[in-house]
Amino acid sequence: MTETHTEVALDSPWSGGGSPYAMGSKKLGMWLFIISDVMTFTALLMAYSYSRVSNPDWPAHVFPIFPAVIFSTTMTVVLLASSLTMVMAVAAAHRGARGAAVKWLLATMAGGLIFCGLHVTEWFHLIEEGVRLFSNPWGSPLFGAAFFGITGLHMTHVMCGVIYLGVIAWGYGTSRFKDEDVEVSGLYWHFVDLVWMFVFPMIYLMSVKYS
Amino acid sequence: MKLFMAVWSSLVAITLAEVYLAYLHFPAVTMLLMLIGLSVLKAGLIMAYFMHLRFEKFTLFLTLIPATVFCIGMMTVIFPDSLRLFEVRIHH
Repeated sequence: MTETHTEVALDSPWSGGGSPYAMGSKKLGMWLFIISDVMTFTALLMAYSYSRVSNPDWPAHVFPIFPAVIFSTTMTVVLLASSLTMVMAVAAAHRGARGAAVKWLLATMAGGLIFCGLHVTEWFHLIEEGVRLFSNPWGSPLFGAAFFGITGLHMTHVMCGVIYLGVIAWGYGTSRFKDEDVEVSGLYWHFVDLVWMFVFPMIYLMSVKYS
Repeated sequence: MKLFMAVWSSLVAITLAEVYLAYLHFPAVTMLLMLIGLSVLKAGLIMAYFMHLRFEKFTLFLTLIPATVFCIGMMTVIFPDSLRLFEVRIHH
């Protein structure tokens, strides 16, 4: 093999050279984590759909337009808005504008906290109506476990994200972290938003109560 | 930034369209397919633009996405069994 061939082989993205994806290991690591988390949520939503279809007494039309649908739609818009502020934070970090990036990160955290506040309020509406983890007044007891399990795991992701962004805002503001760290935290935050884009229609919109 | 605003506006518009669709009396399967279809579109927009996948090397897309789609496809293989269970319970 001539030297030219060797160079061509190393230049190929599949040759396993220095940096086949042209990105840092943190970013690639976050992408791999995200893919594994996609599997977790897909499995949960699949189990939810399976239980729903196989149980004739599944409570299928339980969410009234107020509070459930209004609340969950507002939560969706808030989460989408926090994704936009996250995009701003990453853009500011790439410009090297530390102050602006920290402000946008704080705005994103505020979005996450508002989402959780609305979600917990929405949970209390259901708990007041008698929905528990293993029982509910409408039908199959699996409904409560599926509902609180899936939305609870998502809310845990949002809360972890708020803490994660807090650490990044502190570290980036004090020059301990680089702009890549802001970008990696952005990937996580957008993923949490992405998951909600499936949880919202499958849990809420498939179960609206027709008036 | 204009591009991101346009993506964001489309995401909000699709969300509102989903809420509207939920109140039309479609059969469950039609409704599920429509809502999931729109959600996949939203997920695509978020990954391509917000998560910058469109601007990364194409090898990253090839490594992550086809395998994920395949695994999700494999999970759906057991799904038709839920319909059988439903039938069994109805007739007993």
